[in-house]
Amino acid sequence: MNSLTQKSDRALTAAALAALVAVLLIMEMTMKSTSILLTVLKKGAIYALVAVSMNLLNGFTGLFSLGQAGFMLIGAYTYAILTMPMEVKLSSSVYKYYDCAVHVETGILPALLLAGVAAAVFAALIGLPVLRLKSDYLAIATLGFAEILRALFQWDAMGPITNGANVMRQYKDLTDVKVPFTDIRFPPTLFCFLAAGICIGIIVLLINSSYGRAFKAIRDDEVAAEAMGINLFRHKEMSFVISSFFAGVSGALLAMFQYTVQAAQFKTAMTYEILLIVVIGGIGSISGSCISSFLFIACNEWLLRFLDESSNNILGMNLLRSGFRKVVFSIVIMIIVLFFPKGIMGERELSWKRFRKRASRRGKEAGADE
Amino acid sequence: MQFLQTPLPYLLAGISVGGQYALIAIGYTMVYGILRLINFAHGDVFMVAGMFMVFLSASLPLGLAIPLVLVITVLLGFLIERAAYKPLRDAPRMSVMISAIGVSYLLQNCALYFTGGLAKVFPQIPWISDTVEVFGAVTKRVTLITPVLTVALVIALVLFIRHTKIGMAMRAVAKDFETSRLMGIKVNSVISATFIIGSFLAAVGSLLYFTNYASVTPTSGGMPGLKCFVAAVFGGIGSIPGAVIGAFIIGICENIIKGMGWTTFSDAFTFALLIVILLVKPTGLFGEKATDKV
Amino acid sequence: MKKALALILCVCMALSLAACGGGSSASGSKTVTIGVFEPASGDNGAGGKQETLGVQYANSVQPTVDIGGETYNVVVKYVDNESSNDKASSAAAELVNAGCSVVLGSYGSGVSIAGGPTFENAGIPVVGITCTNPAVTEGNSYYFRICFLDPFQGTVLANYAFNKLGVTKAYCLNKLGDDYSGGLVNYFIEAFEKLGGECVHEEFPDGNSDFTSYVANAKAAGCGVFFSPVSTEAAQLIIDQAVAQGVTFPLLAGDTWDSNVILQAAQGKNVNITVTTFYPEGADAAFDTNIKAWINGDATNKANNGGDDTVAAVTAMGYDAYFFALAAMQKAGSTDPAKIMEALWSTEYTGVTGPIALDQTNGDAIRNTAYVKQVDTASGSWIALDPVTIG
Repeated sequence: MNSLTQKSDRALTAAALAALVAVLLIMEMTMKSTSILLTVLKKGAIYALVAVSMNLLNGFTGLFSLGQAGFMLIGAYTYAILTMPMEVKLSSSVYKYYDCAVHVETGILPALLLAGVAAAVFAALIGLPVLRLKSDYLAIATLGFAEILRALFQWDAMGPITNGANVMRQYKDLTDVKVPFTDIRFPPTLFCFLAAGICIGIIVLLINSSYGRAFKAIRDDEVAAEAMGINLFRHKEMSFVISSFFAGVSGALLAMFQYTVQAAQFKTAMTYEILLIVVIGGIGSISGSCISSFLFIACNEWLLRFLDESSNNILGMNLLRSGFRKVVFSIVIMIIVLFFPKGIMGERELSWKRFRKRASRRGKEAGADE
Repeated sequence: MQFLQTPLPYLLAGISVGGQYALIAIGYTMVYGILRLINFAHGDVFMVAGMFMVFLSASLPLGLAIPLVLVITVLLGFLIERAAYKPLRDAPRMSVMISAIGVSYLLQNCALYFTGGLAKVFPQIPWISDTVEVFGAVTKRVTLITPVLTVALVIALVLFIRHTKIGMAMRAVAKDFETSRLMGIKVNSVISATFIIGSFLAAVGSLLYFTNYASVTPTSGGMPGLKCFVAAVFGGIGSIPGAVIGAFIIGICENIIKGMGWTTFSDAFTFALLIVILLVKPTGLFGEKATDKV
Repeated sequence: MKKALALILCVCMALSLAACGGGSSASGSKTVTIGVFEPASGDNGAGGKQETLGVQYANSVQPTVDIGGETYNVVVKYVDNESSNDKASSAAAELVNAGCSVVLGSYGSGVSIAGGPTFENAGIPVVGITCTNPAVTEGNSYYFRICFLDPFQGTVLANYAFNKLGVTKAYCLNKLGDDYSGGLVNYFIEAFEKLGGECVHEEFPDGNSDFTSYVANAKAAGCGVFFSPVSTEAAQLIIDQAVAQGVTFPLLAGDTWDSNVILQAAQGKNVNITVTTFYPEGADAAFDTNIKAWINGDATNKANNGGDDTVAAVTAMGYDAYFFALAAMQKAGSTDPAKIMEALWSTEYTGVTGPIALDQTNGDAIRNTAYVKQVDTASGSWIALDPVTIG
C-alpha cells in the first residue's frame, strides 16, 4: 500500500512537472516575449533559487548568514566576464577605461557552473574563519564580507577584470540560449525554470540525505549534534559552500535575465529582500520559499503597480501617487510578519499526502454537513 | 596621501561623525543587550527624525521645532516597539528581526512617498551651523560641539543606569530576562524605556548629523545605521562605553581612509575592521564573555 | 490563517485586474502611446522630474498628432526608473508592456544603458533626452539621443578650466559605478591632461553624504578647480561642505548641476560655481514665458520644478524630445515602432534648444555648442557666459 502510494505520488509529481513545462511552452509560444507575466515568472524562478539556497543555511542548518547578495555578485560577474564575446572584450564598447585582461570565452552552461564554483570557492575561504562565530555575530560578519566584496569588485585596480564600477553588458543573456545542437532559440522562461528547478531539486535531494539530517540536527541543538558524532564545522562549512554555490548560479541567472549587471546593485537591501522571501514562505520550507518568491516578485513588479498611477484615484484624494505601492507593500509585509510569523508554509512542504489528507477531510466535513 | 600632510581636517571630521555615530550606536547596543534583537529599524528612526525636522521647521520656529522633533521621535520609537516587537515577544528571535527589517522597509517607503523621492534640505540651525576656524582648519561649529555633547549625554546615561531604579531594572533584564520577569520587574516598561532612550539619542544624533550633512533622503539612514551597529558590535554589544568608543574609532578611521585616497573602501573598511575584531575577540572590545550552558 | 492570506492575495489580484481593465478602455478616437522613462525618485529624482515636466508641458501644448491623415491622441505613460540601474530593466519592461510606440528618456546615463537592451529586444525606439554618455547609443540601434555627448562636454569643461580659469591642477570627483559622472570625469581628465594640466581623481561610494574629506583632499593637494559632475543630491552636500571649509577654488560641473537645486544651495554663500548645459534660460523668450505660466499655474508642477519657476535646460530638452518624437511619427506615417525607428535616423526638427539632426553611425545628435552658466550667489540665479562651439 505504502509503496504503491509512493509510486503513484512520483507519477503525479512527474505529471505535474510535465504539465508545468507544457503550460510554460504554450505561454511562451502564444504571448509576447516582453509580457509582464513572463518577466515575473522568470524573475520569480531566479529568486526562488536564491531563496531556497538561503533557506538551506538559515532554515535547515540554523546558520544565520546575510551574505547572499555577495555570493550572487560573484556569480553574476563570473558569468558576465566568461560569456562576453571576445570581440566585445577587445573592443572598447564595454571595457572603456581598461584593457580587458580575461581572454577566455565560454558557453552559457559552463559559465553558469563556473559562476557557482567561484562563489563556492570564496565561501569556502571565508567560511574557515567566519563559521566559528555564533548567530548574530555570524550574520553581521557575512553581511560585512558581502559589503567588502562589493567594494572589491568596484575597485579601480580590478578594472581589467571587473570593468571597475562600470556596468557589464553585451554578454550572453537569456535570448542567446539555444536548443542544443541547433540554432533555435530556447524558450527563456522555460530555461529559467529548468535551471532553477534542477538546482532546487539537487538541494531537496541533499536535504533528504543523511547530510540533510545532520544539518537539521545542528540546527535543533548544536551540542547534542556534536555529542552524536556530527562534525560541526565540516557540516556547517559544507552547507555554507553548497548554499553559496547555488546563490552564485542564481546570480548568474539574474545577470542573464537583466541584460546588464553592476556591483552597486548587490547591496544589503537585496539580502534583506531575500530573507523576507524566505520568512514569508516559512523558514525551513522549500516549497514555501518557492511560492513566496513568486508572490513577492509578482506584487513588487506587477500586481501593485496600479497603486502608483495617480489616474486611478477614486475618492478624489491625492492618495495614489508614485511610491504608494511600496507603502502598501511594506504594510502587507508587516501584517504577514506580525500575524503569520510562521509564514505561508511554516516548516511543512507541499506534498500529495497533504493534498489527499485535506481532500479526505473536506470530503468528511461535506459528508457530516449532509 | 593628503592625510599625512594635513591631518587636522580629517581628524576633526572623524571625531564629529564618530560622536554622531555614538549616539545612534547606543540605541543598538541597549536594545540588543536587553532583547537580543538587531533593531534594523533604528537607522531609519534616525532618518525619520531628520525628515520631521525638515517638515516641522518649514512651518514652526526652530525653538519649537527641535523639542517637538525629539518628542515625536521618542514617541515613534515607543510605538514601533509596542506595535512591531511586543507582539512577537515569545516568537523565535528570527521573527522579531524580520519584523525589524519590515519596519525599516515601511519607514523608508513612507519617507519615499511623502517626499516624492527627492532629497530634502535640512534647515540651518543658527550658531551651530556657523563656520569656525580651529588651528587653521575651517569647519562648522557643530563639529566641535558633537563630541562634547556626546560625552555629556553618555555620562548622564551611565549615571542614569547606575543610580536609578529603572536603570537597575534595565541591568537586571539585560543580565537575565526570564529571572527578572519572575522577580517582578515590569519587563515591558523596561523595554519601552530602552526604546525611548535609544530614540531620543538617535534624534539628537540626527540633528547633529544632518546639520553637518544637510540633505535627508529616504535611504540616508541605511549606511549610518549599519555602521553604528558595526560600532556597537565592535565595542562589545551590550556595553555602552564600548559602543561609544567603537563609534569614535570607526568615524575617525573612515575619514583617515578617505584622506589616504582609498575612497572606494571607506565603507568596506568598517566591515573589515569588524571582522578582524570578531575573529580575534569574538565578543568585541568590551563584551562580556558568554559561556554556553549545556 | 492561510485562508485569510489567500483572500488578501485574491483581493490584490482582482484589484489589479480591475485596474488593468479600467486603463485600457479606449474612447473612440485613435491613440498612440509615448513612454517616458525617467527617474522620479532616488539620486536623480529632481532632474528627472524637471525633464518630465518638459514632456508634460509639450503634451499639454500638442496633445494630438496627425499621422498618415488621421488624428491620434497622444497618451503619455510615465514610469519611474528610480535612478537605479537594477530597477531600470523592469521599468523599461513596464513601458514595453504598455505598448509604447516610442520612448523618451532618461535623465542619467546609467539607467539608459541598463534599460537599453530591454527596449532593443522589444524593438521599441528610444529617444535619449539628456543621457550624455557615449555608451548609451553605441551598439544599440534602437537608442537615439538629442543632446551632446560627454567627450564633447568634457573637452569644453577642460578648456574652460585650463584657458579661462587658468588652472593647471584639477580635482575630479565622481560617484562610484555611475556611468554619467564617471564617463564625464574620464573625458575631462583626458582633455585636461592633453592641454598640459594635472588631475587628482577620486570616487565616492553610493550612499555617501560626508564630503568633507574629499574637499579637504582637494584643498591639501592644492587643486585650482573642483570638478564634480555628480547628481544634484550629492551636489547640495558638496556645495554646503565646501562652503563650510571656506574653499577658494571654483566648483565646475556638467549639465546635471544646471538645476535650481544648485541655485538654492549656493544662494547667499561665498562660492563660485560654473556649469555647462544644453539651453540657457532666455534663449527663447516665448517658450520661457509660456512654460513659466504653465508651471506657476499648478502647484504640483511647481513642486516638481523644485518650488520656483526657473526653466531648467533639461525641461527644454524634454519639450524638444516630445516634438522630435512626434516629427518622427509623422515622417514614418505610422505608429509602428519599427517604422518609427527607421524614420528617426533621418528626422530633423528645430526646437527651442536649436536644430536637431542625428548622425548615421549611432543616432546621436549633431551638436557642437555648449552653453556656459555661472551662479549669481547674491540673487540665486544663473548668469549666462559665452557659449562654446567646437568644430
